[in-house]
Amino acid sequence: MRLLKVLKPGFSTTIQDYGRVGYQKYGVPVSGVMDPVSFFTANLLVGNHMNEACLEATVLGPKLRFLNETQIAITGADLSPSINHDDVCNWRTLQVHKNDLLSFGHSRSGCRAYVAVKGGLSIPILMGSRSTCIRAGFGGHQGRPLKAGDVLKFNANSGKPIPILKLPESLIPEYTSKHEADIILGPQDDYFTKESISKFLTGTFTISMDSDRMGYRLEGEIIKYKNDQRMISDAIPVGAVQVPESGKPILMMRDAQTTGGYPKIAVVSTPTIAQLGQAKPNDEITFQQVSPIRAQQSIREYLKSINGIKHTLKKLSSY
Amino acid sequence: MPIPRYQPVGDRALLVEFEKKISQEVNARVHSLNETLLQEKLDGVEETVPTYCSLLIYFDPLKTSYEYLVYILQDLQAENFRNVRTQRRTVTIPVVYGGSYGPDLDYIAKHNNLTEKEVIYIHSKKTYTVYMIGFLAGFPYLGEVPEEIATPRLKTPRLKVSAGSVGIADRQTGLYPCDSPGGWRILGWTPLTIFKPSRNPPALLNPGDQVHFKPITQGDLETLHRK
Repeated sequence: MRLLKVLKPGFSTTIQDYGRVGYQKYGVPVSGVMDPVSFFTANLLVGNHMNEACLEATVLGPKLRFLNETQIAITGADLSPSINHDDVCNWRTLQVHKNDLLSFGHSRSGCRAYVAVKGGLSIPILMGSRSTCIRAGFGGHQGRPLKAGDVLKFNANSGKPIPILKLPESLIPEYTSKHEADIILGPQDDYFTKESISKFLTGTFTISMDSDRMGYRLEGEIIKYKNDQRMISDAIPVGAVQVPESGKPILMMRDAQTTGGYPKIAVVSTPTIAQLGQAKPNDEITFQQVSPIRAQQSIREYLKSINGIKHTLKKLSSY
Repeated sequence: MPIPRYQPVGDRALLVEFEKKISQEVNARVHSLNETLLQEKLDGVEETVPTYCSLLIYFDPLKTSYEYLVYILQDLQAENFRNVRTQRRTVTIPVVYGGSYGPDLDYIAKHNNLTEKEVIYIHSKKTYTVYMIGFLAGFPYLGEVPEEIATPRLKTPRLKVSAGSVGIADRQTGLYPCDSPGGWRILGWTPLTIFKPSRNPPALLNPGDQVHFKPITQGDLETLHRK
């Protein structure tokens, strides 16, 4: 059995994979990684299949002791990682020896870092996924963020270590604190005044401190309903921008509840939701309307970029 | 029955909206269309979420398209209008009413000028439909509660409502799947496990199920426990 011990949990570190499909009708959030591109890359860098469960650390990383030798990769936000207090880099395979200490320092860029362990974390699958669903208290490690003292099992390092891989510089994403989100208006844009829709599309919003995996609360323009018509609760997709009576929009993220009664002015495109996984409190967001055809193209480009990373690393590993 | 409205929701979902009201009739059409659609096993349809008066269909935009799905749905819809599926699973839920199991039974009775017994009788004689599941994993919204016992939510929600609690909010009744803050008026408690992540399916109820409540006593509960 191979183990790693959590000495410090960091701000909020959870176990996530790509999340759950098919259970929203039972009120189960999709969960899963906030930044899929970094997550897939982390797994590829240690020779895992792309959907192996990883640690997702937020802003302040954990302190972990590896009780067994393995290989790991850290991707996503740069939270100043180090092994035995020697700085290490994101986006490459790292060798970890028995009793090595992985810790993180200050946050340099982005919001969420992913730690993949070769062979994957040994976590039971619930409803098709190993992701932590904090709200309902299941999945991942005991249905909650990691705590000091937790011991996680990881799978045997079958076969020989893979060669050290490095993601080429040109493929490493750059994280900024200003985000442009592509949106498709609706399904309840008709609940809002024309002025409010134009404010939504032209204004700059700030992600509030009160934001997490469930949703990003946005400060900025106040978005008003036409009158006090009430809507009947319906399904909420990830990426929906719902507006409660306060007029302050909330961007619904992966742990969001599956149904609700606030009108949704717009839904953010799939590639944008993935990018916003690295957005942090005080970052700025602007919204721009895109045509359905443009949205389709963006999804293709997004998947193509993931495939590009996959093929590049595959090529590098065969040398 | 007005024509349903189709709308894209983001880049990978489609909303079919029926008449905007909470009613058995409209909700039955939602579930009927959902079943008809799922039976088609269309390539690219990932999952569906039926709610009060609409159905959200998630799809993989690389395998299918919004336009194609609307075209298919219009066809299914025509069939759905002629013949709404009404065959539904019925689930019986045992409930201990009142006392510490249902701390608001007393208020519900007073609010409606009834005795507690009358409230229990009215609540348990009706067959309800699971309009949708949401709010919490496994929380079913059941309707419709007879007007005689309809009671508004608490002004200040409780910090903790126990798993298994049966509540009323206006014309709806529901079950708390886990301990949670909540504002519904609690009239009873069921020993059944409403949501269990390791069970398949995880939720006791499916959207569209028919539900009725069977009053049991604390004594019955102890017998159930011993079994």
